[in-house]
Amino acid sequence: MKKPAVKTTDPWESLKEFTAARIAMGRVGSSIPLTEYLKFKLAHAHARDAVYSELNSEALMYYLKHLDIPILKLHSKAENRHQYLQRPDLGRLPSDQSTDTIKEHTGKYDISIIIADGLSAHAVNSNAVQLVEGLVQLFRSVKYKLAPICLTSQSRVALADHIAHGLNARLSIMLIGERPGLSSADSVGAYLTYNPKPGLTDESRNCVSNIRPEGLTHNLAAEKIFYLVQEAFRRKLSGVNLKDDAGLLNQPNSDLLSP
Amino acid sequence: MAYQHTIHQHVYRFGDLKDLLAKASPLRSGDVLAGIAAATYEERVAAQITLADVPLKVFLNEAIIPYEADEVTRLIMDSHDLLAFEPIAHLTVGEFRDWLLGDDIDTLTLQNLKWGITPEIVAAVSKLMRNQDLIAVAQKCEVITRFRNTIGLKGHFSTRLQPNHPTDDLKGIAASMIDGLLYGSGDAVIGINPAMDSPAGVTNLLNLIDTLRQQFEIPTQSCVLSHITTTLALINSGAPVDLCFQSIAGTQQTNSSFGINLDLLSEAYDATLSLNRGTIGNHVMYFETGQGSSLSANAHHGVDQQTCEARAYAVARKYNPLLVNTVVGFIGPEYLYDGKQIIRAALEDHFCGKLLGLPMGVDVCYTNHAEADQDDMDNLLTLLGVAGCNFVMGIPGSDDIMLNYQSTSFHDALYLRKVLGLRPAPEFEKWLQKQGITDNMGQLTHSQAMGRLMDHLF
Repeated sequence: MKKPAVKTTDPWESLKEFTAARIAMGRVGSSIPLTEYLKFKLAHAHARDAVYSELNSEALMYYLKHLDIPILKLHSKAENRHQYLQRPDLGRLPSDQSTDTIKEHTGKYDISIIIADGLSAHAVNSNAVQLVEGLVQLFRSVKYKLAPICLTSQSRVALADHIAHGLNARLSIMLIGERPGLSSADSVGAYLTYNPKPGLTDESRNCVSNIRPEGLTHNLAAEKIFYLVQEAFRRKLSGVNLKDDAGLLNQPNSDLLSP
Repeated sequence: MAYQHTIHQHVYRFGDLKDLLAKASPLRSGDVLAGIAAATYEERVAAQITLADVPLKVFLNEAIIPYEADEVTRLIMDSHDLLAFEPIAHLTVGEFRDWLLGDDIDTLTLQNLKWGITPEIVAAVSKLMRNQDLIAVAQKCEVITRFRNTIGLKGHFSTRLQPNHPTDDLKGIAASMIDGLLYGSGDAVIGINPAMDSPAGVTNLLNLIDTLRQQFEIPTQSCVLSHITTTLALINSGAPVDLCFQSIAGTQQTNSSFGINLDLLSEAYDATLSLNRGTIGNHVMYFETGQGSSLSANAHHGVDQQTCEARAYAVARKYNPLLVNTVVGFIGPEYLYDGKQIIRAALEDHFCGKLLGLPMGVDVCYTNHAEADQDDMDNLLTLLGVAGCNFVMGIPGSDDIMLNYQSTSFHDALYLRKVLGLRPAPEFEKWLQKQGITDNMGQLTHSQAMGRLMDHLF
């Protein structure tokens, strides 16, 4: 009787130390061995689950309560995930009801913090509380006046323009779930916009990306954002002209890649 | 000119050729997002029935983006060859579909048709074709290109080795490159997407590939996919540039958003040709395209995304490229929602490009927010293999850790070669055998002979 096919290992496995790429996987025949295939599939499952995860508003409100800042629950015009994925234009606009809610809370604020699901609610569910706690502490140290914190669902980055403009805030910070990759499904991006108003595009924003415990840590991210905020207020701008003097900043990804 | 068709007393009107093409296009999210798609299934078929009766000659007279406003339109109109058009001049779009499928229409007939057809004609006819029609006609085409090896021969199938790394780490890239070569990948090109588009960084990457290529006498070519202006500067500084890369699109305004125009492409083409580095041929350009780029740049003029894509091929063929790659599933679900739409778009692009005379390859790929997975990619890869696609990507384990999307793996290409009996580019195949990587049946052997290669590498 013929023996069942066995996995052939690759003699260059030592190269794995140089890259996270899936090299030297070995083979069965010329196909990918089952263990490697299942590893890949699990990573993809995490990414898919993250795309369809929902903002855990109750938990977020509970853990942010001690900051003593009002919290608003808002929604974009995209009714569900299916529509959200196909109609980015709707994800950039507040629903009619949310527009009313924003109007009711209009005031005169320095900063509007928005926690948004984006392409991974799981990412903000996991990271937003610690990040916001860090930011609020820093902002209060220099007496910035904070608008109500907004929790937004089915949201794209430009939704922040409508919210912060409606609330009458000088600057917006949106913490949004980034598009999950196979290596991380819990990465948050922070988009900062000075003088937010409808119609702005990516070149008006600065982005701090890859915020998660294994990437850019919460404390470090909060410090970066704080530095950017102070620079934006000092120079009265954000985006491509707000250069990274401290070697800290990233420009936003192209429109194709950002949520 | 307006068009109309009546179904059960319902009169469907289509404002112009552009509107008719958009309404006749198979459903995809990008056209819905642009607000130009058919509103119902019936309207889509009404548009297709109407389109079938439009004479091909109409496309020569009615520009879907005005001649005065767009240099791609001017290129299309000015390079049209009436003599080559003659065999199909009397046909409607529908009759052209039937003509293409006829048994007497062979490879040579289609090759001679190349400059007689326009992107709009090819896009139009594709909208009346099922997936199997797109495959059947594409399979009759043969587009062969050469630099240091021969790509596109019938019965052969090549891969671009794509050893990307998130920080352009040279050791990391070298590791993926060696892995790919030992899995028989890289005959189309060894092509790196740089994380940083800086001249110094790109030069380092070019040197890395070039050194390895020369040391082991690998019959292939290298490319770092930097912006064309970066490549031009590198050519002037004497860096080892084999191929000049650029992303291109089907409208002047979209190209402008990429920071290019036809003059710049011509300048880069001439500069790359002047290096004269090809040993058996002088195809020096590598282009990438993809449906949805014009909508994304807000520069589509109300033209559907598949027709915009076909127009990009008019740009490509002006420069005799070695490789044209439609990166079909990278752009995301707002343009191509799921596996079905990605597969359809890839077959359309491959068909349109081949008919227009281009060496088409496809990046068989998807992002994590698209409704697609490896099974969809397996389907598409197999269909493209049958259709005679020139090349696909080869990425370690399908997982591009720099661009964060999933494409085809080295193993995937081996699967396709095995089930369809396809072989690498002949010169590269000989090299693989000489190094003991594959046997003379094309199967991986990693024999004793490979020890010599390994000794050199480590």
